[in-house]
Amino acid sequence: MAQVTLTHVKKVYAGGVEAVKGVSFDIPDGGFCVLVGPSGCGKSTLLRMVAGLETISAGEVSIGNRVVNQIEPADRDIAMVFQNYALYPHMSVYDNMAYGLRNRGTPKDEIEKRVAEAARILAIEPFMQRRPRQLSGGQRQRVAMGRAIVRKPQVFLFDEPLSNLDAKLRVQMRVEIKKLQRALGVTSIYVTHDQVEAMTLSDKLVVMNGGQVEQIGVPSEVYRKPASKFVATFIGSPPMNILPATIDGPGIVALGDAILEARDLQQDLAAGTKVEVGLRPEDIEIVTEGQAGSLPFDVEFIEELGATQLFHGQLSGLPFVMQAATGEVAAQPGRLWITVDPDRVHVFDATSGTRLGRA
Amino acid sequence: MQKNAYFKGLTIPLLLLLPQLAITIVFFYWPASQAVWQSFLLEDAFGTSTEFVWFENYTELFSRPEYFKAFVNTVIFSSFVCVLSLSIALLFAVMADRQIRGAEVYKTLLIWPYAVAPAVAGVLWLFMFDPSLGMLARGLQSLGIAWNPRLNGNHAMLLVILAATWKQISYNFLFFLAGLQAIPKSVIEAAVIDGARPMRRFWTIVFPLLSPTTFFLLTVNIVYVFFDTFGIIDTVTGGGPSGATQTLVYKVWADGKGGTDLGGSAAQSVILLVMVIGMTAIQFRFIERKVSY
Repeated sequence: MAQVTLTHVKKVYAGGVEAVKGVSFDIPDGGFCVLVGPSGCGKSTLLRMVAGLETISAGEVSIGNRVVNQIEPADRDIAMVFQNYALYPHMSVYDNMAYGLRNRGTPKDEIEKRVAEAARILAIEPFMQRRPRQLSGGQRQRVAMGRAIVRKPQVFLFDEPLSNLDAKLRVQMRVEIKKLQRALGVTSIYVTHDQVEAMTLSDKLVVMNGGQVEQIGVPSEVYRKPASKFVATFIGSPPMNILPATIDGPGIVALGDAILEARDLQQDLAAGTKVEVGLRPEDIEIVTEGQAGSLPFDVEFIEELGATQLFHGQLSGLPFVMQAATGEVAAQPGRLWITVDPDRVHVFDATSGTRLGRA
Repeated sequence: MQKNAYFKGLTIPLLLLLPQLAITIVFFYWPASQAVWQSFLLEDAFGTSTEFVWFENYTELFSRPEYFKAFVNTVIFSSFVCVLSLSIALLFAVMADRQIRGAEVYKTLLIWPYAVAPAVAGVLWLFMFDPSLGMLARGLQSLGIAWNPRLNGNHAMLLVILAATWKQISYNFLFFLAGLQAIPKSVIEAAVIDGARPMRRFWTIVFPLLSPTTFFLLTVNIVYVFFDTFGIIDTVTGGGPSGATQTLVYKVWADGKGGTDLGGSAAQSVILLVMVIGMTAIQFRFIERKVSY
């Protein structure tokens, strides 16, 4: 078990492309850290640098209290689960799991014991003599996990391990990974572009964009107080509505004729400053027509999700989405009057996109 | 779901197959059947009379020590050429597979020898190692080696092995390189993290995953050394000195063309045919089973 610390880590490829632009954060011993972001944001590169599969251009990565920049991947005491599982196709499930132990000269009876234990935990005992191609996607995923856990490493690295599975299996494996990580207590870094995986798995969420960290925090905090417009729209589904607005006074923003109170808004902004307001579809409240400060929302069509419904339409000529429990609002096109709890109004700088919150 | 195209009746499938069948019959089955027929005939030197002699050509062949010698020559020649050309090509491919500067140029240059005709390749090596003209031969002589492939049978064999190997390396290289590039990078990375050092990684992961390519190349190379090396042997040594480099395929030609023993020559080519069919069958039956996963 070990903590992982990244200090000003950079990756510059030959030709000067900067994939990771100085990232620092640390993961406590036994923590589950998820790196999330769109494709090309540098999250996989960062993980591969921790694994030792990419060289570190600048900065420092340490595992335990040991700087690993110059240490071979094999000697970093890590195990990695790859997106396409990367199982050895010519070996049986047993040999796939035993390979890493054999390379390290583990005694035969110890290998047998550890593989058997991992097989029991992952419920893959019936397949031990099969080849990877004779397994389903979910079973292969388990073998890949097994290969990681038999080694009893200090750190688990996951590179989008669930993206090749179908939706149902993905949910199931997600829960299993979480349970397993809790049970084993191994420090983990998990890369994904799926914000649901990111929210559910992590106890430390790192949102990345363009090679930089946008926000680090526990998932609920990232959701409640997104540090930027990027994080606000990336985390949460359906994504947050973003509307142009102006500052009307301390803690007050104006969207055309309507006004909204924003409790977390920075107080010293000059009236008339251009900003952007973010409203989550699930935070919208319906009010009676003409209530002071309410916004007119023209519903055009409704998406049925079962427990909830999505109302798509326009607000002051801009596309807008509202989510409501089924049956709460009449599911028909037409005008609704809406407002949002002042605690749930997010305001961002119109140019930089950073959150304009209280210090 | 139906995977293969499906036709009603036989007319269209037969028409589609006709060009391929015609070529195979005219250029392969017909000459082969002629050879089989010829091998049962005894013809006089002037071609005026032929006699059906059953297996006399075969029995006579096996009673001659030269034939046995050609057989031994073939075994030595083909094993050396196969092993050398496959292992050197694999080494080159592993090197080229790394991300090195100028890899493209390196690859392109390595492919060139394949475009050289066997006879031309033979002439190149003949000149380089000619005991009186050859640059490399002089080098050997200056080292105190009495190099003379015209007189020394072992030297002659070495020379044809080198020439034939050199010619085949580029072909094998191409396939090995393609095979290496088809191995998923993440599998290698998983092995790196699993603590396998480069040599161990090669023998436990890369080489086994390359085995379909190796198997295919082994079959192709055996056919190559048995038949296509005729041009090299003919230009470099002409089968000499005193039959030291006479392989089975070379003897077919020498006896038929030079010795005008058409029946005996035909019998030899039939034996050669049966041998290659047999070896290919064995390979597919026993080796291929091990390489599929």
